[in-house]
Amino acid sequence: MTTTDAPTVAPPSKGKRRIGDVAFAGLARGSGILILLILAGVAAFLIVQAWPSLSANTANFITDKAWDANVRENPAFGVGALAFGTVLAAGIALLLATPVAVGIALFIVYYAPRRLASLLGYMVDLLAAIPSVVYGLWGIGFLAPQLVPVYEGLARNLGWIPLFAGPASTSARTILTAGIVLAVMILPIITAMSRDVFHQVPQGHREAALAMGATRWEMIRLAVLPFGKSGVIGGAMLGMGRALGETMAVAMILSPSLIVSWNLLQSGNQTIAGHIALQYPEATGYGVSALIAAGLVLFAITLVVNMGARYIVARGNKES
Amino acid sequence: MSLTTAQPTGPGTGAPRRDLRSGSLPRYFPAALLASSAAVVAGVLLAFSSFGFILWGVLTALAYTVIVVTASARVEGGRKAKDRLVTALVYVCFALAMLPLVSVLSTVTGNGLARFDGYFLSVSMNGVLPSMDAGGAYHAIAGTLAITGMATLISVPIGIMTAVYLVEYARGRMKRTIMFFVDVMTGIPSIVAGLFVVALWIILFGPGATNGAAGAISLAVLMIPVVVRSSEEMLRLVPQDLREASYALGVPKWRTITKVVLPTSAAGLTTGIMLAIARVIGETAPLILTAGSSAVSINWNLFDGQMMSLPVFIYSQVRMGGAVNYERAWAAALTLILVVMLLFFLARMIGRLFAPKSR
Repeated sequence: MTTTDAPTVAPPSKGKRRIGDVAFAGLARGSGILILLILAGVAAFLIVQAWPSLSANTANFITDKAWDANVRENPAFGVGALAFGTVLAAGIALLLATPVAVGIALFIVYYAPRRLASLLGYMVDLLAAIPSVVYGLWGIGFLAPQLVPVYEGLARNLGWIPLFAGPASTSARTILTAGIVLAVMILPIITAMSRDVFHQVPQGHREAALAMGATRWEMIRLAVLPFGKSGVIGGAMLGMGRALGETMAVAMILSPSLIVSWNLLQSGNQTIAGHIALQYPEATGYGVSALIAAGLVLFAITLVVNMGARYIVARGNKES
Repeated sequence: MSLTTAQPTGPGTGAPRRDLRSGSLPRYFPAALLASSAAVVAGVLLAFSSFGFILWGVLTALAYTVIVVTASARVEGGRKAKDRLVTALVYVCFALAMLPLVSVLSTVTGNGLARFDGYFLSVSMNGVLPSMDAGGAYHAIAGTLAITGMATLISVPIGIMTAVYLVEYARGRMKRTIMFFVDVMTGIPSIVAGLFVVALWIILFGPGATNGAAGAISLAVLMIPVVVRSSEEMLRLVPQDLREASYALGVPKWRTITKVVLPTSAAGLTTGIMLAIARVIGETAPLILTAGSSAVSINWNLFDGQMMSLPVFIYSQVRMGGAVNYERAWAAALTLILVVMLLFFLARMIGRLFAPKSR
């Protein structure tokens, strides 16, 4: 009551802001803007460095399958074959991984014993912790030899389907093997997204279904899956973005090649990312610039896929 | 009165008598069936002396599913049978995910232990021919530590400051834009991050310049968004009351953030950073392009010459293709996995032990 010192600490005046506050806010804002600049820089530097080879290119960059870029003049190269291989590998991975990932997410959220659920989810997350180069080593050193007899069996029994036409590769270093390894790598991403959205299903919806006498599967089909659809699709697209850009597993399993083939049991296909990793050490002349152009294509594809995924997930969140 | 007594007997006389428990398999049935089918399949396989764990698992799952679904269809009806089928399928999905995890960890451990010893961890490949039965991964470990360390030093301040901006300052359109592009940045393929630095280095230093710093920057591009997202989540967990209490004492906003918000979330931030390190320490593709893939000697200087790292060491050894090379690759893979797992577990421990008690 008698203290007269108290008012000497003036409350922050509204008119002028403290210098520390201004500096700190500026620093924080600057970091945010720096991230936008980095992203813009990635696109800009790739375009600048890709331009020399693109303007000198004598072939159609998008459709041509040849890659004669390691020359001093008149390079002729295109990403046709590589883009095909990229999409094919990612497609196989997505086809294999999505159903399994949805199953795992359902298992962890609705089937596993409550006490174990978080531990089991953690074990699936461990799959994401394994470095891609280790997956590549596992793929070439362990999985491929195991798959040789499987592929031979497929070629013998299902050879009338063009996808599985024989003779099967004797090393099993084919696009299908790469797709299987990619599927394992994107499994935790799709699972995590699906788990998140399954957790958000309103309890009222689930209990209403169960109260009507639905079995657990009917409850999932009627209440969980419709609600979680956008999350699962978004998760699958994020996984596809990862599979499209994944390099090491593909570069280690597939040999350098430029063939377009639907045959899953023979070697021949290669992806953009794998091609860049394999060709970069030997690139001369226009080579580096051409590889950067290929990287630009990959960047654009993954950008579109990822933005689409984020959009779908965000829209799903808004609706619910 | 007569109505209520008449009704239960009415339908009961025509239709077969229905007990509430009659139409369901006993509770112990699935467990018992699983155990017995596993035993029978094992017995049959051993009799044909073609026992393999994967084959055993597949056949057991198949036998269990078929029997449980047919039994359920006969006793419980179609809807329950479908439910049991889906239950079995969902368990199989989880087992399918564990298969590669166990397989990767066991093959890496099994093959890696052959060469994983003090010698391997303490010598480089300097002066060792690729096919010689010598040499180790010390230079790669040194490179990994240096490159990842520098990447962390770059990305942690930027990442945390951006998270602070998003949580404490940003509003409206700017906030949404940055959050969206951070998400987009999470999806940049690692090799594109490598090519970005290659393009940048060509402009700055001319073609062919490779050094550890270039690798560190490419890793930082991949690491920043991960740090931002995890830090952002952690900062949001800090109770608003703490901030308001601080403001009420007349503490300026920036002092509130540095003295209250960041210390409160320190454990969570550390966890996020360690997980981010664990994620980029295994990155290979950008380092092949930026730090080179042929260094054999120990190089601690980030700004001078090629720098080997553990993931690139694995890759380059596999490319050489000999038996000794594969042994080295497996041992290096074991080293790398141990480092990653260590980071992973430490991060979880820190998160669990030092997490603020929010409720």
